[in-house]
Amino acid sequence: MNSQIFHPFVLPFVLGMAFVLTYCLVGLIRVIAQLPKDDRKKFWRSLVTPKTAWANIRDLFGDCLFHVKIWKRNPVLGYMHSAIAFGWFMIIVIGHVMLFTLKPLQGIEVEGLQGMFTNFYYPIFFKYFAEETPVFAFLMDFFLLMIISGILIAVVKKIHSKIVGVKRVMHFGFADSLIRFALWTIFPFRLIAEKTNIMAFWWLYSIDLLIFMCMLPFTRYMHIPTEALFILLRHAGIKVTEPRKGYALAELYACPSCGLCIDACPMSVNNKMSGNTSAYFMKKLRNKDTEESQRIAETCLMCGKCVKICPVSIESCDIKFSQRAATPYYINSDHSYLNDISTESEKSHKTLYFAGCMTQLTPKIMRSMKQIMEVAGEEYQFLDENGGICCGRPMMLSGKTAEAQAMVAKNTELIKQSGATKLVLSCPICYKVFKEEYHLEGIEIQHHTQYIDELIKTGKLKVNKGDVNYVYHDPCELGRAFGVYDEPREVLENVGNLRKAKSEKELSICCGGSLGSFTLTQQERDQVTENSVNDLMFNNPDEIVTACPLCLKTFARKSPVKVKDIAEIVAEKL
Amino acid sequence: MDFGFCLSPSSHVKMDSIDLTTFNRLKETNPDVNTCIACGSCTATCTAGNFTEMSFRRMLLMLQRGKEDEAKKMIQRCMLCGKCTLVCPRGINIRKILLDITR
Repeated sequence: MNSQIFHPFVLPFVLGMAFVLTYCLVGLIRVIAQLPKDDRKKFWRSLVTPKTAWANIRDLFGDCLFHVKIWKRNPVLGYMHSAIAFGWFMIIVIGHVMLFTLKPLQGIEVEGLQGMFTNFYYPIFFKYFAEETPVFAFLMDFFLLMIISGILIAVVKKIHSKIVGVKRVMHFGFADSLIRFALWTIFPFRLIAEKTNIMAFWWLYSIDLLIFMCMLPFTRYMHIPTEALFILLRHAGIKVTEPRKGYALAELYACPSCGLCIDACPMSVNNKMSGNTSAYFMKKLRNKDTEESQRIAETCLMCGKCVKICPVSIESCDIKFSQRAATPYYINSDHSYLNDISTESEKSHKTLYFAGCMTQLTPKIMRSMKQIMEVAGEEYQFLDENGGICCGRPMMLSGKTAEAQAMVAKNTELIKQSGATKLVLSCPICYKVFKEEYHLEGIEIQHHTQYIDELIKTGKLKVNKGDVNYVYHDPCELGRAFGVYDEPREVLENVGNLRKAKSEKELSICCGGSLGSFTLTQQERDQVTENSVNDLMFNNPDEIVTACPLCLKTFARKSPVKVKDIAEIVAEKL
Repeated sequence: MDFGFCLSPSSHVKMDSIDLTTFNRLKETNPDVNTCIACGSCTATCTAGNFTEMSFRRMLLMLQRGKEDEAKKMIQRCMLCGKCTLVCPRGINIRKILLDITR
């Protein structure tokens, strides 16, 4: 063969590339085959629906190529990742542009099958085989140096992550460390090879590529090809059904193990507990470490913060749910006794108040709500004044969605029977499940923060402004789940001064009392609570205000200042 | 002692002959069951207990007496709402114990 079109050092690259392409193709077919039939139909349809197709294109460019979400989260990391990934992408693109523009000019066109084979590796080793024009040479050097600058930041991050604003990083095993080392050395080798044309460096460059490609399917770098598929599946509206199949499998492989969720997780108060974070869960589940992934799934507080900040938008909580559902807890729930509860109500009112189990434990919230509704002159019915039925969410949190249906059905019956048009809830846990799992057509569901805000805005409720400094804690199931951030803050602005917490709104830290976790011990929960309280006390408020009875009870144990529910505060200022 | 003259069946439990494997296994996985002081806070707040005879305190006692079937039957009523765990003065993770009993 002509020395201008072939040299044995291209073989390692060709081998690696062939392997990785085959693996990805098989993986793609496997994931799509594992999808339930309806989901598969949904997937195909989403590809041609203009709306989802546009969302696909937007996110493929925004997330896969420009890494917008990482830039937003941390610009240094954004540059680091973009420099490497976008730079590499550009080098491949420019290589191909050169292939089709320069190669014919220099008269080294090869026909047929052999030509296709040549085109396969030509852009990767272009400088060895042909001459670059000055413009292309500049572009290639520019992007190559950009990649190397990104690698330098990565090396700094590895040595001392706090410089780039990352407190805790993932700990990797041998395979992940080796492939990372291969990735870091690919580009310096290429630069040296191009500039000096020493054969050894061309070989090293090619062998590095072989190592990277061969290890890619078995390490976190599998996120490079999988993320694209994951974006398509996500936009198709597919939900997780089984922890390691179909959509969930795509999610597992799309997780880059970047570890951003480790710093975000409320449990990361010490090194030991930071092993309970989503990044480790995804890694363990991917490696089929069932015992460990089960343990993390049961420990998780399900606050949803990792999902909110994830640069890939992986819904790890859904996978944890399905993992819980896949392991049966052998309580054979029998809630038939619920059928015997009478559903007769005395008279119908427009507003129905459902306090919920947790509020039963904090009677001051119930008292305040009663007072507020009476002062506002609202006609209401108190559904569970003498104890009600659980909303069903705690049962669902344990993965027993089917068993929870008995409670859902009975509560629905009770609410419909009352003839109300508005349902006011005091507990965000109930709020979430009523919004998502109940079918209450024609009934407006409000949390009491929204309800009080509405009463004040419509002038039904007059409050006096005091000079107490409040800080508001966003309950996970109200804030992150439904974006109810502004209503409680507006209410508090009306009754006093609102101070900011260190982390607010979608970044708020779970109180530590969440029903989501089964196995977290009291001591561990206390550590989470202390951390969250410290965060709230950032601006030295006089009182901590929350809108969840569970947060209230949890904070009260550890807070240096008074903790109150928003309803109590408003009732005080009537 | 039962001489066969009682009107109601004897509730006598022979501690030597009962099977305590479930309770012992539970003690191993959840050592905090040992710290229960049987105060009854869990029972007092129980959502299911409002409608049925569900009582975690009694259930634990049944397990300690080897009445496994009765205990398992009782926890079928549980709604896992977690109020018992919140009010427990000893900080026992009752929800986890309920899930672990029959695992």
